Amino acid sequence: MKKIATGNKAVAEAVKQVKPDVIAAYPITPQTEIVEQIAEFVSGGELKSRYIPVESEHSAMAACIGAGITGARTFTATSSHGLLYMHEMTNWAAGARLPVVMATVNRSIGPGWNIWAEHTDALQERDTGWLQVYVSTVQEAYDTTLMAFRIAEHNDVLLPVMVNLDGFLLSHIMQPLDTVEPGDFIPPLHLPHAIDVKTPAGYGGLTGPDRHFKIRWDIERSMRDSVKVIEKTQDEFSRRFGRRYGFTEDYRCEDADVIVVAMGTLGKEAEVAIDQLRNEGIKAGSMRLRWLRPFPDLDLKGKEVVVIDRDYSFGRGGILATEIMAQTKEEVFSVIAGIGGQEVTFEDVADFVRQRRRGTEFWFGVTVNV
Amino acid sequence: MFEIRIHSRGGQGGVTAARLLALAAIHDGKYATAAPFYGAERRGAPIVSFVRIDDKPIRIYSQIKKPDMVVVLDASVMDVVDVLQGLKAGGNVLVNSQQKREFSGYVSSHVDLTGIALKENLVVSGSPILNTPVIGALAKRGIVSVDSAKKAIREMFSDERNVKAAEAAYREMSA
Repeated sequence: MKKIATGNKAVAEAVKQVKPDVIAAYPITPQTEIVEQIAEFVSGGELKSRYIPVESEHSAMAACIGAGITGARTFTATSSHGLLYMHEMTNWAAGARLPVVMATVNRSIGPGWNIWAEHTDALQERDTGWLQVYVSTVQEAYDTTLMAFRIAEHNDVLLPVMVNLDGFLLSHIMQPLDTVEPGDFIPPLHLPHAIDVKTPAGYGGLTGPDRHFKIRWDIERSMRDSVKVIEKTQDEFSRRFGRRYGFTEDYRCEDADVIVVAMGTLGKEAEVAIDQLRNEGIKAGSMRLRWLRPFPDLDLKGKEVVVIDRDYSFGRGGILATEIMAQTKEEVFSVIAGIGGQEVTFEDVADFVRQRRRGTEFWFGVTVNV
Repeated sequence: MFEIRIHSRGGQGGVTAARLLALAAIHDGKYATAAPFYGAERRGAPIVSFVRIDDKPIRIYSQIKKPDMVVVLDASVMDVVDVLQGLKAGGNVLVNSQQKREFSGYVSSHVDLTGIALKENLVVSGSPILNTPVIGALAKRGIVSVDSAKKAIREMFSDERNVKAAEAAYREMSA
C-alpha cells in the first residue's frame, strides 16, 4: 500500500522490521519522534524489544554497549546536544567493536539556541570509529536504516553505524514511503566476541603501549574492509528491493565541468540547481555524498568542485571541503550554507556555482567574505 | 509542480491538512511532499505548512516562495500575516469563511469549514476540526480527486463524520 511518512517514522518502521533485542533511549529533548514511535510499537506489542528509557544520552549508549556485549542487537537515536553528551560512549562502542545502529537527526549546536538543521553535531563524531551515512529522502532513510544493521553486523566490519538525517527538513517532512519485507536480508546477529556466563570474559582491561595501537589499527582495517561490505550490501538491496544506492548519488556528472558536492537534503535540492544551470549552458553536475566514513574515492578528476558545508571547523574551514581538498588536486570552491537551518534554495545553489571565485571561502548570507 | 501554502494557527490542524492532501495526491498516482515550517510555535500562533504535488519525484526542500495556491484555515491570520505574499498572478486563494472574500488578480473562493465541522459535531478539545473538510474543498478545486480525498481521510481517521464533512465542503464551496 502507498504510504506517507516522515523521516522519523520511516526510520522507526525500519527498526521495527529489524527487531533489535534492546532499544535504549533518553526520552526527553533533544530526542526525536523516532524513539517515540518505537516506544509505541513496543507498548502495542508490535515489536518485542526490550525498551530501556534511560536518564541521559550517555546512559543510552552505555546501555546499548552493555547489551551489545552479550551479542544483542541494539538501536538508539538522538540529536544535537544529545549526541555530544554521548560522545565518550560512542568512542567506547566503536572500540568494543559493537555493531550498534543509531539514527542521528542532525541539528545545530548552541548557543545561540537553535534547533534547526546542521551537520556539525555528527561531524564532531567523525573520528570515533563509527561508519557515517547521510540520507536525503524519507525512502532513503528507511532503506539505509535497514542496510545499516546488515553492514554494522557483518563479520568484516563489526563497527557501529550512524544514519544521519537533516533535522526538520527530513525528520519532519512527509513523503511517499514504500516498505519492504527484509526477510533474510537481515540475518541474525552472531557477535564473535559476545560474552556469556559459560565463557566469562572482560572488556576494557588495561592495554599497554605495546598493544593499544594494534586495537586501533584493527578498527581502521575493518573500516577499510567495510567499503566492500557497503558495496555488496547496497548491490544486494538493489537486487532484492529495486532501489539502488552508492557511496554517492551522482546526477549529470559524466560530462560536467563543475560538480556540486553536498550532503543530506541540500545535496538532493542541488539537482534542481543543476537542471537550471544546464539550461543556461553551464555543464554542472551534483555528487551527493552519502557515506562520510568510510570516505569514498570521489571521481573529480578534471572538474571544478563546489563543496557546500552545512557545518564548520573553526580555524580551518568547511569540514567536507577540507576532506575533499585532502583527496583531490582539483580546484575546490568552499561554500558555507544552511548553518542552523539557514534557508538555502536550489536558486541559491545555482548562484554558488555561477559566482564561484578562486581561492575564496564563501559564507552564504555574510557580507564580508575572505 | 503545484505548490500550496496553508496558513493556520497552531493546533488547528494545518499540518494534518497538508499531510492529508499529500496522501490524497499520492493516491492519485502523483508525487507529493508535505512539510510544516517549524518555528517557535505555540498553540494559537500563526503557522504555515507546505504541500508540493508533481508528476515527478520532488527534490526541493526549501520553503515555497511562489505558491500556486494559498489556503487560509483561519481568516483572522490575515490580520497579522500577508497570506498573498509571493502568490502567483491568477493563483488560487481559498479562505475558511462564511462571507465571500475577493482578492483582485486571484481566483478567490470561500467555504465555511468551521460551520461544517460544528454541524457534524467534529470538535476536539473545544476546537472544530478543519483539516478533513478542507480536503473536500480542495477536491472541488480539482487539486486531488474526490475518491483519493476520501481514501486519504479514511486511512487517517476512523470516524466517518470526517468524510461527511469533506463531502459537505465539496458541495458548499463557492465556485
